[in-house]
Amino acid sequence: MAELFDMGKHTWFVWGSYAVFIVFIIAELILLERRRRTIWQRLSRINRMNSGENDET
Amino acid sequence: MAAVAAIFIVLTGHIMKINWFKYASPASFYPLAGKMIPWFAIPALILAVIGMVMGLFVLPPDFKQGESYRIIFIHVPAAWMSMVIYLAMAFWAIIGMIWNSRLSSMMATALAPTGAIFCFLALWTGALWGKPTWGTYWVWDARLTTQLILLFMYFGYMALHAAIEDPRRAARASGLLAIVGAFNVPIIYFSVQWWNTLHQGASVTPTKSEMAASMASVMLLMAIAAWLYAIAVTLKRVRCEILDRERHAAWVSELVDEAK
Repeated sequence: MAELFDMGKHTWFVWGSYAVFIVFIIAELILLERRRRTIWQRLSRINRMNSGENDET
Repeated sequence: MAAVAAIFIVLTGHIMKINWFKYASPASFYPLAGKMIPWFAIPALILAVIGMVMGLFVLPPDFKQGESYRIIFIHVPAAWMSMVIYLAMAFWAIIGMIWNSRLSSMMATALAPTGAIFCFLALWTGALWGKPTWGTYWVWDARLTTQLILLFMYFGYMALHAAIEDPRRAARASGLLAIVGAFNVPIIYFSVQWWNTLHQGASVTPTKSEMAASMASVMLLMAIAAWLYAIAVTLKRVRCEILDRERHAAWVSELVDEAK
């Protein structure tokens, strides 16, 4: 298994590139999903507030 | 040949029948973008996995560069995408300014973070490729410096957009910056021809390739994956932008009610 990941004297350069690449892509996806959830939560709150105001009137 | 022409005519007919202007409205584009995301995201994932497995484990080492050449399979697509996304941002900024369309400025805003990430990754992977190949992580040559300027242009665009509260004014100011910054993209591309740089010229152009066919095909695979990923992520982000900016619209309120 270790042989498969062995890049000779270039191990740090190759895996350092691919690791950072994958981390950034995954981080972008996680942050985007978080933003989507935050917006939905805020929209649900706005809707609840609006329906509460309508009920009072 | 006749069959291809017939298919082309039929497809063109169908495309012409679609009322494209309908999708300039955020309310119409929001569900369409949602339907389109899996069509780009799934092939992007499949191609990226195949490309990485081929690039890292299947292809033999390069006779000159050894194992370090494997970095180019992510470096080159990242560099291409950083330039293409900036041009796309400038394109949407121009459309937004001419037709005063909200969706265009949302598209430009949605593209910026992905472009900045690709730009940073191009610089990072380039530095890690440069050390074993040139003996240095960084040099102030024309290609590297203009690419760094592109990263700062992305940061500037996002910072300016975030600093202005009024969405229309924010779109105009940051759009102008995107258009001015777009002049940097051809300078990046041609820098290796115009100046004597440490960075080598293009190994792959639309007309010729100096790479082995197997290596060029893996790079092409990764480049297609990067395109598809960028489109999928931009569509997802533009949906967030739409919801955020249209939060007081009746259709958004109905959408939230339906989702309960």
